[in-house]
Amino acid sequence: MLRIIAAVIGRDLKLAMRRQADIVSALFFFIIVVSLFPLGIGPEPELLRKLAPGVLWVAALLATMLSLPRMFADDHRDGTLEQLALAPHPLGLVVTGKVIAHWLVSGLPLALIAPVLGIQFDLSSDALVALTFAILIGTPALSGIGAIGAALTMGLRGGGVLLSLLVLPLYIPVLIFGAGAVDATVSGLGGEGHLSLLAALTFASLGFAPWASAAALKIALE
Amino acid sequence: MKDRFNLYRFASPATFYPFAGTLIPYFVAVSVVFGLAGLWLGMLVAPTDFQQGEGYRIIFIHVPASWMSMFIYLVMAGWAAIGLAFNTRLSGMMAQALAPTGALMAFLSLLTGALWGKPMWGAWWVWDARLTSELILLFLYIGYMALTAAIDDARRADKAGGLLLLVGVVNIPIIYFSVKWWNTLHQGSSVNLAKSSMATTMLWGMLLMAMCFWMYSIAIALMRVRTIMLERERHTDWVKAELLGKAGDEK
Repeated sequence: MLRIIAAVIGRDLKLAMRRQADIVSALFFFIIVVSLFPLGIGPEPELLRKLAPGVLWVAALLATMLSLPRMFADDHRDGTLEQLALAPHPLGLVVTGKVIAHWLVSGLPLALIAPVLGIQFDLSSDALVALTFAILIGTPALSGIGAIGAALTMGLRGGGVLLSLLVLPLYIPVLIFGAGAVDATVSGLGGEGHLSLLAALTFASLGFAPWASAAALKIALE
Repeated sequence: MKDRFNLYRFASPATFYPFAGTLIPYFVAVSVVFGLAGLWLGMLVAPTDFQQGEGYRIIFIHVPASWMSMFIYLVMAGWAAIGLAFNTRLSGMMAQALAPTGALMAFLSLLTGALWGKPMWGAWWVWDARLTSELILLFLYIGYMALTAAIDDARRADKAGGLLLLVGVVNIPIIYFSVKWWNTLHQGSSVNLAKSSMATTMLWGMLLMAMCFWMYSIAIALMRVRTIMLERERHTDWVKAELLGKAGDEK
């Protein structure tokens, strides 16, 4: 069971490494969106400090969304996905591997770059730690929920826009607890509660979402 | 001797189409009766609220619309579950027929809420838990309709939409509670079965209006499912016979 997940992760990572431009462009999208906000709102540190958690989280949601369509589209185009669906392993495990690989490629870099962007917003060091942890814990849930949307919209016209329409409403709890963790840390309440809920969302979506995505893939491959 | 009544017989569009056709006038009539009674009770009989004045009367539209927007989503998810479990064609059609009505109810609920909020709270919109969840519910309806509209193959559209509905229904409580903890400003629910803080006539007016909306939703969904059936089954003989029969009547 673990071997099939590891094999899928290894394969997807290898593919991603051969096309590093995709990873880097999603990362720069995140950086650019976050940098646009001070330009639109104004440079007052007070205001920016207040807005930082929300801005960073919304940008993280959008950056994750950007790379979602590719999760299944390439494999669908060259027929790999049909072979994976025919394989004796449950398709849900294959999707679990793809979700983890997607997170390693698109979620983890966001968490690593987030503290640097947080400094731009004049966040305190406590808040930066909370922000990094929140993005680190929360983004796997984004990859998991997003996999369902990616599977449902696979091969449809206007799939990208449709995907955001389906997935963004489902991302709201992650956004709330993710940004809430940073806010609670800044206000001195402590972000542990929010982080625990975020971890709960991540585990729940990593457990259930791959199976829902597998069902959606089977519908699309019929 | 007549066959035993069989529910599965109506799972076929060819038998459900005329059945729905005979049911529609009854639901329309019941809806009109409940609507008239509810409006009479709500607008004329129910006392003026001592805090909110006459403006509160918009709840006779607002509350039933909110209830129906949530209830229709559950019904759609129920149809989706039946459709995915038993692979019936009718289930997907019913879910698709209900979606626009559900979206309309969610929109009406937001609109009447805004109209009520302006004089009562002094703001058209506040970011409180129930308003925000209702808005997200509207997004879910729109996402479902966009997904089914984007898939050309009707059977795939039904199944993919059904899966989205089931995912949505699991997520609704999570979204609701996360939004609730995020911010709560809305007054608590004033309808309580054991002890209601409302006057009895107000409660009855609201229940009658809810029945009216419910019956209206059924009638309109049946009408819509009939057109969906005609469109999808246009290659079959019974649709041709149905349409030719109608054309014959007009001559």
